Amino acid sequence: MSEKAGRAATSRGFGRVIVFVYGILAFAASGRATFELTTKFSDAPFPYSLSILAAVIYVVATWALATGRRRIALATVSFELLGVLAVGLSSLLATDKFPEASVWSDFGAGYGWVPLVLPMVGLWWLYRTRRVG
Amino acid sequence: MNELQVVLSVLAALVALVLVWHIVRDEQVTNVGFFGLVALQVGLVVQLVWGVVRVADNHDGVSVAAYLAYLIGALLILPVAFLWSASEKSRSGTAVLLVGVLVLPVLFLRLHDLWSAHV
Repeated sequence: MSEKAGRAATSRGFGRVIVFVYGILAFAASGRATFELTTKFSDAPFPYSLSILAAVIYVVATWALATGRRRIALATVSFELLGVLAVGLSSLLATDKFPEASVWSDFGAGYGWVPLVLPMVGLWWLYRTRRVG
Repeated sequence: MNELQVVLSVLAALVALVLVWHIVRDEQVTNVGFFGLVALQVGLVVQLVWGVVRVADNHDGVSVAAYLAYLIGALLILPVAFLWSASEKSRSGTAVLLVGVLVLPVLFLRLHDLWSAHV
């Protein structure tokens, strides 16, 4: 019963927009990761591995939000926020480790800061749609 | 950007304005908005054909895989937005369409950047 209600909550209303933006980012990140993996992975394994990790996280988050799997959504969205903050900070401090940009480098500036803003909106939405008790 | 992409960007901006108008007034998308989206989609099909013809010719320095990925990605976004928004008869459904329309000029810029590597 609660699962059913949860299904309705995260992908309805404003959640429709959030899931769509997540889907676009998941598609973009997957495309980028596939491209990097198949053409130039050995050039910079570390940031390109991060790209793959980010892509997987975005795909799972999109699916979880679209189907109302709140716990998985919370875990992946939180991970994104930590990821974009950690990678953003370290790409500023340790530029030698990031010869090539990843999705999360410079706090997602290459994607119009969407990778930074979206997890915050996602967490707010999960909180907004929570069921009390 | 080339002429087709400029025209499509202007059209995308106009359709976006119509969608914002509907969101502000909290009303359903009318025929004007719908046919605007259809016109955009037709333009994107033309862009795909034109883009494929272009990369089939001399494309030294251009990443063909990425270029084709963006052309095809641009073609998918409006149909997906339309299907995803279809069951949401509210402002949010219209906002999904708006996001889809606003992403298009970004893709045009990326296509332009990818082609500018052409030597």
